[in-house]
Amino acid sequence: MKPVGLTVNAIPVMETVEPRMHLADLLRERLGLTGTHLRCEQGACGACTLLIDGQPARSCITYAVLCEGAQITTIEGLENDPVMIALRRAFMAEHGLQCGFCTPGMLITARDIVTRLPDADERRVRLELSGNLCRCTGYVGIVRAIRRVLEERRAGALAASAVAPRGLGPVGSRHAGPPGGEVSVSTAAPIPAGSLHRAVMVARVKKTFTRLLGKLRR
Amino acid sequence: MKPTNFEFARATDLAEAATILRQAAGSARAVAGGQSLGPMLNLRLAQPSILVDITAIPELTHIEEDAGGVTVGACVTTSDIEDGRVRMEELPILATVAGGVGYRAVRNRGTIGGSICHADPAGDWLPTLCALAAECIVTDGRRSRRVPIDQFVTGAFEVMLEPGELLQAIRIPRPSRTARCGYYKVCRKAGEFALASGAILLDGERDRFRAVIGATQGRPVVVDDARAIWGEMPQPGAAVRLDESAANDLLQRAGLTTPARLHITALARAAAQAMAQ
Repeated sequence: MKPVGLTVNAIPVMETVEPRMHLADLLRERLGLTGTHLRCEQGACGACTLLIDGQPARSCITYAVLCEGAQITTIEGLENDPVMIALRRAFMAEHGLQCGFCTPGMLITARDIVTRLPDADERRVRLELSGNLCRCTGYVGIVRAIRRVLEERRAGALAASAVAPRGLGPVGSRHAGPPGGEVSVSTAAPIPAGSLHRAVMVARVKKTFTRLLGKLRR
Repeated sequence: MKPTNFEFARATDLAEAATILRQAAGSARAVAGGQSLGPMLNLRLAQPSILVDITAIPELTHIEEDAGGVTVGACVTTSDIEDGRVRMEELPILATVAGGVGYRAVRNRGTIGGSICHADPAGDWLPTLCALAAECIVTDGRRSRRVPIDQFVTGAFEVMLEPGELLQAIRIPRPSRTARCGYYKVCRKAGEFALASGAILLDGERDRFRAVIGATQGRPVVVDDARAIWGEMPQPGAAVRLDESAANDLLQRAGLTTPARLHITALARAAAQAMAQ
């Protein structure tokens, strides 16, 4: 077992893991963050795509021990992200999902397209999506949704998030030190193992309770 | 789809990494981005006793450019090359090839050194770097040596690294300014491994015309003098036609079982791409 310290959705986390535990299992099994989906577990389907140091990466072929000091952002951590808000709206409007299994990975890749390639045309959008499989929609709605948000961005309706400068080497290998840009070290005390899971569960219970209360009031 | 258990160590310098690799006597694997090794581990095709994380070793993301070429540290990622953080003016082909390796989420962690050491014949870097006559800089933590990349790879998924050795960097020689390159892979979906692939370097000033057939069942087939297939040195702007029977002979000698048509198409398109520049 190895200790690993990383940041998940801006919360510092300390966990002790078997070296063979991949990042997606750490998030899902230990932290209760089940928004990251798992299917092929060989890097082909894209369901587990999330952000490592702000860049899309596969969490099924990235072991947790390799992410010492990395900043992980899952779909749950992008709830208030302006690009993600626009994408969620567009995916709903354009029928960009049906069963929803591929959606978290699709949204992460879509966000990468909108932020990194603001001038992308349909061909480029389709090319960039080739690493995310969807078995329901035939991709038409997904492509339309992303193009809608790209147009919003080009029209200036969406705040363009600056792309942070990057050092060389695999994203997430921050233990290598800062080769390029600044590495921001969180000063918040790491929360002990299991408490992020508790926090997520409490938030879920609260949400359900509020919804039920709303229904009762109606 | 979970790996068998393994130990884990993070090396902070080359000597430490080499020592751990040597002590494990062949059952250790170096890992950086893990984008080739990860699937092998999850599928239990690889069952190492220990993984050695080499991403904290500063030399491995080192870049050195001089008149003769560029030396690229083994832990430089494919997206570093795709985005031009690592580039060579004479070789825009590097960024083009990088953009076709797997998917962006994979390229953000997958390294050029990892791709070469994984030595999947259907990968993109191997045939490309063979065409460019790249060299692998291999270290045992104390001394380093240079090995031509087509000799570094000894077979499908096999390289000549001894226990205690690791790939430190790739040296890409600088061609002349008028050199042209092409790479084409046949695959059914963007980003996939190749069913067939071809790479071309045409450098008239240096009298170099090299062709590489990738996606073989073993090492890439390197045709050091591609006039053997094209008959002559193609001239810029002129239409080029390869001699299909010569290409077929070559493919047969290499013992390829995939349809020759695919490989010939890949080669022809790589040459056409080089000519179109």
